Amino acid sequence: MSTASPVLEKTKIRRHTGIVRVTHWLTFVAFIALLVTGFEIVISHPRFYWGEVGNVNTKPLFVIPIPASRDTVPTGYKYVMPDQNGWSRYLHFEAAWLAVLVALVYGVYGAVSGHFLKNLVPERRDWNWHAFKQRIAKYLRRERPDRTEERSYNVLQRTAYAIVIFILFPLIIWTGLAMSPSFTAAFPWTAALLGGRQSARTIHFLVSWLLLFFLVVHVAMVAVSGFRRRMRGMITGYVRDAEEGE
Amino acid sequence: MNPITRRRLIYGGVAAAGVTGLAVADRLAKRYGLLPPDGAGIYGPGETLTYACQRLLTVSKPAREFPRSMISKNPFGNEAYPPGDEFKRLQAGGFKDWRLVVDGTVARPLSLSLADLKTMPVQSQITEVACEEGWSYIAEWIGTPLSNVLREAGVLPQSRYVVYRSIDKVIWDSIDMTDAWDPHSLLTMGMNDGDLPAPFGGPLRLRMPRQLGYKSVKYVNHITLTDDIKKFGKGLGSVSPEYGYSWYAGI
Repeated sequence: MSTASPVLEKTKIRRHTGIVRVTHWLTFVAFIALLVTGFEIVISHPRFYWGEVGNVNTKPLFVIPIPASRDTVPTGYKYVMPDQNGWSRYLHFEAAWLAVLVALVYGVYGAVSGHFLKNLVPERRDWNWHAFKQRIAKYLRRERPDRTEERSYNVLQRTAYAIVIFILFPLIIWTGLAMSPSFTAAFPWTAALLGGRQSARTIHFLVSWLLLFFLVVHVAMVAVSGFRRRMRGMITGYVRDAEEGE
Repeated sequence: MNPITRRRLIYGGVAAAGVTGLAVADRLAKRYGLLPPDGAGIYGPGETLTYACQRLLTVSKPAREFPRSMISKNPFGNEAYPPGDEFKRLQAGGFKDWRLVVDGTVARPLSLSLADLKTMPVQSQITEVACEEGWSYIAEWIGTPLSNVLREAGVLPQSRYVVYRSIDKVIWDSIDMTDAWDPHSLLTMGMNDGDLPAPFGGPLRLRMPRQLGYKSVKYVNHITLTDDIKKFGKGLGSVSPEYGYSWYAGI
């Protein structure tokens, strides 16, 4: 009988804390709601502008070549899509509240508990291109992750998560608020710093694509690296050693 | 201490704090008018949070104003609901017979012509109209603050909302007294140094510059003060929630 394997098979590795798991799934719910309702809102005016103002009488920065849900928008299509803005707007802002409140809990937890420094900020020794290139090469060779990645993230994961958590999420909340005529009354600089209301709307739209891109890659990587194992990790908080490579 | 008891104590403490917090929030919300008329139902929590927070943040802050050079050359009128025959008849007469009726919980019900309104103190603002669809434009809006009309009518103390209606009566909306007394809530009769054109809501539009375009109802000819918003339409504060859109349009 080998000495190591029975012990290893029973080994459970603590992967995610309760707060990380709960905030992860609440954010997932909020994000899906924001994505669907955001799409519904966009189709009422699938034109984008730069600066403070923009409407059908001004030159757009770019246009999404889809039919609109309002007949006042010149899209080139004869078809007008069903208007779903009412409930979409109600749900968009409710889901945004969920996302923001969850982000507050997660943000305070991450800063106070050391989760950010321990798991999300790339380790000091990885602050160079070589570390990135090395990890990318490892992915391309489809090598199994080494033991240090059992408990925390590698440099590429940390960079991706840090960009999403510290840059993209704050930016999409900011640009969303900068479109509110009431919020900008209290804080005019939130719109002015971005170049105006329409710039805020355009950035909001582009960042939502980056977040969707992250979601697709994230789910793809979870699937590739063992869907059941990763899901169990994010649901129960533990992964089992025996599941490696599943 | 036994860990189970300690856990129970923590959970109990959190639950008690939560219940107390909700009770305090509810009382504050009622006292400062932080509950929107469409605050029930599945979207109620989000809607109430948005309205309450923005109300507390913006109560003394005017909408963003812009330099004259930023006035849009080609503003978009968005004639989604063109007014009907009665409007056309009044338009043919140069709006001489246009009346703004003010009634409800007021000491002196009024019926004002545009000429009457033009004798009131004039104010102008260069603000942005932003539609919930996403587009926007900037214009100078000229008129008299709603507060001047309210003062003339003598608002009774039980009044809680101002209901305002378009000539076609299909479109109606309401604001609470805080917004009604706000000096920037403008009964608009002029735009960019001319009369307010019909596509933009002329002869009379109530501009609410801190809210999205649909809150600025066009062709306003009837204002009613009330102590009970539930008596109007389906009781949701405006026609918008009846079509699925929120009463509060600050975002």
